[in-house]
Amino acid sequence: MIELTVNGTKHRVDVVPEMPLLWVLRDELGITSPKYGCGVAQCGACTVQIDGMAVRSCQAHIGEIAGKSVVTLEGLEKRDEHPVVQAWLEHQVPQCGYCQTGQIMQAISLLNLVAKPTDKDINEVMSGNLCRCGTYPRIRAAIHAAVKKMAEK
Amino acid sequence: MHTISRRAFVFGSAAIAGGIAFGAFGDVAQAAAASDNPLSSGLGPNAVTFNPWVEIRPDKITLIAQHTDIGQGVGSLQPIMIAEEMDLDPGQFEIRFAGPSPAYFNSGFAEEFAPFVAADQSPAAEEARAAALEYLRKTGLQMTGGSSTVPDTYQKLRVAGAVARETLKVAAAKRAGVAVADVRTQSGNVILPDGKKIAYVDLAADAAKIPPVLDAKPRDPSQWRMLGKPMVRLDVRAKVLGNLKFGIDMKMDGMLYASVKLNPNKGQPLKSYDASQARTMPGVKKILEIKNGVAVVATNSWYAIKAVETINCEWAPSTYPAEQADHWKVLESSFRPEFLGKEWKKVGDVETGLKTGTGVVAEYRAPYLAHQPLEPLNGLGLVTEKGMEIWVSHQSPQFVQSIAAAAIGLKPEQVTFHNQWAGGSFGHRLEYENVRVLAEIANQMRGTPIKLVFSREQDFLQDIPRQIAIARHRGSVERGRIVAADLQLASTAPLKGLLERSGAPSKDPDGQLAAGLRNVYYDIPNFRATSYEAQGLSPSTTWRSVGASTSGFFTESFMDELIHAAGLDPMKARIAMCTVPHYRKVLETVAEMSDWKGPLGNGRGRGVAFVESFGTPVAEVVEVAKTEQGIRIEKVWVAADVGKVMDPINFENQVQGAVVWGLGHAINCELTYAKGAVQQTNYNQHEAMRIYQCPAIEVRGLENDPKVRGVGEPPVPPAAPALANAIFAATGQRIREMPFNKFIDFV
Repeated sequence: MIELTVNGTKHRVDVVPEMPLLWVLRDELGITSPKYGCGVAQCGACTVQIDGMAVRSCQAHIGEIAGKSVVTLEGLEKRDEHPVVQAWLEHQVPQCGYCQTGQIMQAISLLNLVAKPTDKDINEVMSGNLCRCGTYPRIRAAIHAAVKKMAEK
Repeated sequence: MHTISRRAFVFGSAAIAGGIAFGAFGDVAQAAAASDNPLSSGLGPNAVTFNPWVEIRPDKITLIAQHTDIGQGVGSLQPIMIAEEMDLDPGQFEIRFAGPSPAYFNSGFAEEFAPFVAADQSPAAEEARAAALEYLRKTGLQMTGGSSTVPDTYQKLRVAGAVARETLKVAAAKRAGVAVADVRTQSGNVILPDGKKIAYVDLAADAAKIPPVLDAKPRDPSQWRMLGKPMVRLDVRAKVLGNLKFGIDMKMDGMLYASVKLNPNKGQPLKSYDASQARTMPGVKKILEIKNGVAVVATNSWYAIKAVETINCEWAPSTYPAEQADHWKVLESSFRPEFLGKEWKKVGDVETGLKTGTGVVAEYRAPYLAHQPLEPLNGLGLVTEKGMEIWVSHQSPQFVQSIAAAAIGLKPEQVTFHNQWAGGSFGHRLEYENVRVLAEIANQMRGTPIKLVFSREQDFLQDIPRQIAIARHRGSVERGRIVAADLQLASTAPLKGLLERSGAPSKDPDGQLAAGLRNVYYDIPNFRATSYEAQGLSPSTTWRSVGASTSGFFTESFMDELIHAAGLDPMKARIAMCTVPHYRKVLETVAEMSDWKGPLGNGRGRGVAFVESFGTPVAEVVEVAKTEQGIRIEKVWVAADVGKVMDPINFENQVQGAVVWGLGHAINCELTYAKGAVQQTNYNQHEAMRIYQCPAIEVRGLENDPKVRGVGEPPVPPAAPALANAIFAATGQRIREMPFNKFIDFV
């Protein structure tokens, strides 16, 4: 049995330690906002936070994160009022929406690193998150809008 | 519908493509008859349905979305079109995807079914389209595709809502003993003359006892509350909060997980396999042999994916060439009479025209491409002695039934299909590999719900690609004008392939190979457009914008070459040559938006392209800058005429996304075969566009077309040629083959 904390709740799972966190979240715990897209850290759809850092959950073996604290989009503190979530809603970023939970988790991580990112910063940090629908212009606009929201707080 | 004859699918000469809704009033009236309305059965007491799109029970109102939401927003727009007329507000109704029924036949396909180009709205063309509509009505084909959702539903869903509204008014007036003319509707209520409200849900039982008001008229657009104005997509909140359940998120008690390894020589069977290692791996419950591969059933998707990877398989070889170079050779030798698809258009005397003035000859190429929506192929299935239930996102509900049934010896009506929200499609969810495979696995695991997930690698390997194509175009210019253009295309046939795999093969020329080839709206006195259909190559299928995705690039690049050869300005020449007034307006608009003034100089360049596909004319200007590291795509301007913009926000998002799609694949992607299998099996090898390459994209919607058109695909085809033309303007280098990054670097 491996113990981990997800969104503030302790869980014990009976899986092999090599299992990626993504599949523990999705299939063992029923937490589905992290998405399977590529399995090899090429798309970012599975992005979650581990101890506050954005991580591709398809690459994080569950055995190595035992005891750590995992936060998925579902578990964001005050999720509905989060400036990034609010900016995503106001800009209506999603089309199919499949990559957007990962995009949002990555954008939050970006704003933790750089308070006021330039387009160049956005390109650097967000280029690992693939959007097949092509919502990039809205992702860019929403990140700039989130910065403004955070400044107003 | 279940027995679609080949004749019912003379789509070959047409296209599964956009169009308008004809005779929608009649549709609703007919569909409202109980026998035709699939909502009538199992309705329950005190509930009512007026037509196949509206259901009211004492506890809730449900609006039916007949077209599949693959990210284009129709899971929101369809119910809003009904709600607009019913005076319902968002939050007052639930949305359900339609089950399979001929009541949901796609009238939008009528437009291109008829052998006329979209701009031709002459009586003869309209007559042919009306005949096509009747034909579609008889087949009952329910399908999402060809940017046809809004053209199909614009009229019929508003009428469906109006019928519901007027019938509820009659029911309320009758109960209150007042005249119908004295009641009105607002926010889910009928308002009586004294101001008293009766909720629709409380009127369901009464409304069920009276005949629906079938002559109800939809409102004039000037009265719209929601449509035509910026609106909030109904699915946006759930998607942003991570609450929306896609097909891959479906769960069921007692469910097991499955993954597959299938013959990468597409369509060929398994010869033998060795699963000895997989049998010993954790979580593995069962190893199954299926028609063209093996499956592992396990307690977790990852266990299934890892175990199936270890199975050694011996595959039957491909029937198409094993190596990519031989695919090109077959195409090169397909410009011959025995491979003729069709001579789609012939104007003037092309051979004499070609001998006049200065000649221009050019060859263009476009490779196979993958669809690869971010949600991989998947599905949840359960087979019992009664039949099969399947939860999967798919664009052709009736074919899901027939394909699944055929795979396991059931009748189509024994397959119950529950459509799901899709994490993208781009044409991928018109194919059936996951449906067939899931049926086989669930049938061998009777009584246990099975969740199938393709690994990304398997999804790539089984992705039926976009057509591969070569164009050999010839033309001539003299004294500042184009005298002749002879457009010749050799390509695999995507639509024919899809129809064949759908169980409805067609022998007619593939109509999608005419898209972007025949519908050229420039005044060229000698013009010919001919398609050849290469035989024996990889299967291919519909990929966002289909035929126009390749021919749009070929034709608009070649027109640019002719225009430059004639010494003309690419924008001014196109405007001057354009023969359709409201298409000319699209070009004029994009010229105004981009402030087009001719060459930019200083290592910068602009290109323009104009393509009509699925009835929607789109013009794009791309601006690039030459940098030390390569070409940077800086800005794109897009003008598109759809007759009516239903939601300016989603319209802009769709157009921007289509431009990203068109540019990203044009510069970065190809699928190539080696030993019968594609060599690209994940996104690092087929990347399309990431945010760092994404330009600013300015969009304007025009409303001059007398018909309402779709926009999910039409902005794709002009993107690649506008970029190639911009690169030529900036560098003097003419790129005639996709992907462009084989010839020039991009930053």
